[in-house]
Amino acid sequence: MNIVVCVKYVPDATGDRHFEDDKTVDRVGVDGLLSELDEYAVEQAIQIKEKAENPDDVEVTALTVGPESAVDAVRKALQMGADKGVHVQDDAIAGSDAIATSLVIAKAIEKLGSTDLVVCGMSSTDGSMSVVPAMLAERLELPQVTLASVIETQGDQVRIKRDSDSATDVIGATMPLVLSVTDQSGEARYPSFKGIMAAKKKPLDTLSLSDLGVESDQVGLSVAWTEVQETTERPPRTQGEIVTDEDGSGAKALTDFLASKKFI
Amino acid sequence: MSEILVLIDHAEGAVKKPTYELLTLARRLGEPSAVFIGPADKASEATEKVKKYGAEKVYVVDDSEIKGYLVAPKAEVLQQLVEKASPDAVLIPSSFEGKEIAGRLAIKIESGLITDAVDVEEGPVTTQSVFAGNYTVKAKVTKGTPVITVKPNSATPEEAEGAAAVEEFAADISDAAKGAKVVASQPRKSTGRPELTDAAIVVSGGRGTGGEFGAIEEFADALGAAVGASRAAVDSGWIPHSFQIGQTGKTVSPQLYIANGISGAIQHRAGMQTSKTIVAVNKDEEAPIFELVDFGVVGDLHKVLPAATEQINERKG
Repeated sequence: MNIVVCVKYVPDATGDRHFEDDKTVDRVGVDGLLSELDEYAVEQAIQIKEKAENPDDVEVTALTVGPESAVDAVRKALQMGADKGVHVQDDAIAGSDAIATSLVIAKAIEKLGSTDLVVCGMSSTDGSMSVVPAMLAERLELPQVTLASVIETQGDQVRIKRDSDSATDVIGATMPLVLSVTDQSGEARYPSFKGIMAAKKKPLDTLSLSDLGVESDQVGLSVAWTEVQETTERPPRTQGEIVTDEDGSGAKALTDFLASKKFI
Repeated sequence: MSEILVLIDHAEGAVKKPTYELLTLARRLGEPSAVFIGPADKASEATEKVKKYGAEKVYVVDDSEIKGYLVAPKAEVLQQLVEKASPDAVLIPSSFEGKEIAGRLAIKIESGLITDAVDVEEGPVTTQSVFAGNYTVKAKVTKGTPVITVKPNSATPEEAEGAAAVEEFAADISDAAKGAKVVASQPRKSTGRPELTDAAIVVSGGRGTGGEFGAIEEFADALGAAVGASRAAVDSGWIPHSFQIGQTGKTVSPQLYIANGISGAIQHRAGMQTSKTIVAVNKDEEAPIFELVDFGVVGDLHKVLPAATEQINERKG
């Protein structure tokens, strides 16, 4: 079985995220890391391998699209236990929207050949659109089972559990398919020292757009199907009154505040 | 004027509030055509509802053949409606399902996609709140028929009588779209409280509750509020994930948000920072949540909330 896990290198959410002059996300001048929500995808991909009857027959490939530094996301996945890495890097990709990004990822997956399972995180922590798994399924003409909190595979059958607002659903589908997993699917492992050492010897390929048969005028900022007109930093909220509760004074102050704002 | 397709958000035919918000926004762009994908016997009930908010047309798509097959068939329905009606835009509620439908649709009709808009003006030009609410972005689609998903609470629904001319639409669904199926479903018990994403007031609890949500719930009920939680509370198994507010849970933007025993990590802020008024109760005066608040109480929520609940109930008489 071949599993491809898609990983994204994102600006650290606890750092100072901002836009560049061309209104794209600054991905170079900030500290980046493997998107936290993709760690869950890597974890589940590795668990599917580990639980397989013959784990050696299962290959997990970590795939990323991004600038030079994005290779760190693939390295982290290799340290966690993925078998090989693929980094699609091409200057023309910068500024691509989700539509173009999904095209590049889909072409890379096709290039890798017979993939049974594409595993994604539930969302990136920067763009947070949550649409790439659905777009990949559309482009690859595969079923999608998304937002899984529990994943079970048996042969080519996949069963997932998903929590929606009104119900908990069990969804079934047959591989090949696109799977996305939530942060409820299970804590992602930390790379062990052994894992870190082993990762250095794992194959890591860098591919360009021409390797994938994608023309440079199909991707990038200039051909994006959406255009950002303006980005404005929101003024920080100004801190209001803070009181310290002493013998019930806090409850009274809170109630008075709510009443003054007509919430009671 | 051109049609604007609006996908109706409903549960077994009961139309949900975000639909009215979308119809209100759609009227700024053209003539709203509501799309009902659901049980045929509930269509007239849904039509009556959307008529009040300005739907000029209602496309009714019987879902008996596609029910349980998740998003792929719905994207095919919308694709075929776009081809038929050549609308100026398609508006879809910004739920996880809505965004997936939108993603598939955008690829099918080769059109640009904007997700999680908090406002839509003529153009259409959208407003989004990004990076945990730290930036506001205005954007527009430059190719094809704009596909836009809109967050709940982005507009105040305004009534306006529409013609609501019903048109039955028989979509042609491919077998490929039926590749994934719901094989079992366990409905969740209703709490009787407002839904988290459309509530005017949200009262939430975090690690500081110690797993005891009784005080949170009673306080919420006194205010007629929805109950929410931080990821720490959900991860501890104290409350189901459907209550989680933040990056990997729900985004709320109520009139009033009251965070109790929640430190205010960036991931939580991402889900509540655009609330109009923010209040926090926390034992730790250093908790970062206090940087955001309009009013804060440094104190034990298990003391402050029950006393406040009592006082609110007294004031209400």
